[in-house]
Amino acid sequence: MTSALELRQVSKVYGSGPSEVHALSEVDLSVERGELVAVMGPSGSGKSTLLTIAGSLEEATSGQVLVDGTDLATVSRTARAKMRRRSIGYVFQDFNLLPGLTALENVTLPLELDGIRAKAARSTAVEAMEELGVADRADRYPDELSGGERQRVAIARAIVGERGLVLADEPTGALDSVNGEGVMRLLRAATQRGVAGVVVTHEAQLASWADRVVFLRDGHVVDQTVAPPGAESLLAAGDR
Amino acid sequence: MSVPHALLALLREGPKYGLRLQTEFKSRTGEVWPLNVGQVYTTLQRLERDGLVEADGEVERSQKQKRYRITPAGAQELSGWLRTPPELVPPPRDELVIKVLIALQVPGIDIHELLQVHRRHVIEVMQRYTRIKAEAAEEDVPLALVADAELFRLEAIVRWLDAADVRLKHLPSPAPAPPADVPLEPTRTMEVSP
Repeated sequence: MTSALELRQVSKVYGSGPSEVHALSEVDLSVERGELVAVMGPSGSGKSTLLTIAGSLEEATSGQVLVDGTDLATVSRTARAKMRRRSIGYVFQDFNLLPGLTALENVTLPLELDGIRAKAARSTAVEAMEELGVADRADRYPDELSGGERQRVAIARAIVGERGLVLADEPTGALDSVNGEGVMRLLRAATQRGVAGVVVTHEAQLASWADRVVFLRDGHVVDQTVAPPGAESLLAAGDR
Repeated sequence: MSVPHALLALLREGPKYGLRLQTEFKSRTGEVWPLNVGQVYTTLQRLERDGLVEADGEVERSQKQKRYRITPAGAQELSGWLRTPPELVPPPRDELVIKVLIALQVPGIDIHELLQVHRRHVIEVMQRYTRIKAEAAEEDVPLALVADAELFRLEAIVRWLDAADVRLKHLPSPAPAPPADVPLEPTRTMEVSP
């Protein structure tokens, strides 16, 4: 099976000579459809770099990045841009909704940029907003939405259409822990419907929503969790 | 977990039979703490002896058919207990802290690798609690509260491991273990817990 995302021996070096910084060193990582992977590490460990490279917002110094089996380096700039729009969704820490557009227009935008006709784009966007429970906020502007609603709209924008890969960088932003949990629930639900998800975070509670947690340190993948056993094992442990 | 006080709390709602107390205890605590009906009856006997509950109704019946109600003394005991802070000082002897402190004295140990082993383990346990929360019905608030309590406790351990990683960042890479017959330099002893 082709992985939704595959990083092969990816390295990223910023600067050169004595000021050279190795942000990532020979990172291998694959994420399957239906899987939510969390990348954890201290600040400066390379987590955000990993995400921008996976999303083709930045190029690797060496190594390969494959999205749905296509090596990003082997396709034209235009094809790469198209892939970025069509296959990958991004959720940012501060949501990054465009303030001059309504919630619905924000969600419709990536589809329209992709050449989908306004009417079709609109109905696909409404579907995504329904999935996230914010369809009734469609005509509101971002500053008329609560923090939680803004984040739902941002996630709707990330998963709208045929996107098979969602990348999220500290996606709970400044939300409190219960609302932050809501965001992770939504991302988990999206991956359970077949999307591949990568969440970068330094918070253990958020990471624990993932199927797999990958640990990054000084640009290296140093460890990862093994598939957790079922919840029953914990309840049985209550006797200890 | 104080079973007697949990039972007093349930009886505060009105008189109940032992079996019903057992089922309610389970559902109200997120079904995390198992409690068998035998424990319920022994606890009720003790509470009755101490005058905190009494039989509801005149007729003396077998324990199974006996209904209990809370006494005024029981209500007072419950109210006092709810407001009594749990024992926080002195801190519990923390096995992980002790292991890391000991590891610092052992030659040849990569402390960062050791911290990561524990970090991974704690996060794997957190994944299991989160899974419980993810799969629970949204209205099961007691279960979410129990899972949250464990998750916050475990998260604190991860944060402690992260802080330890930073504090120990400039520690030299592990030196090879000295030969066994060379006397080790005396090390500063540290009081871990009173």
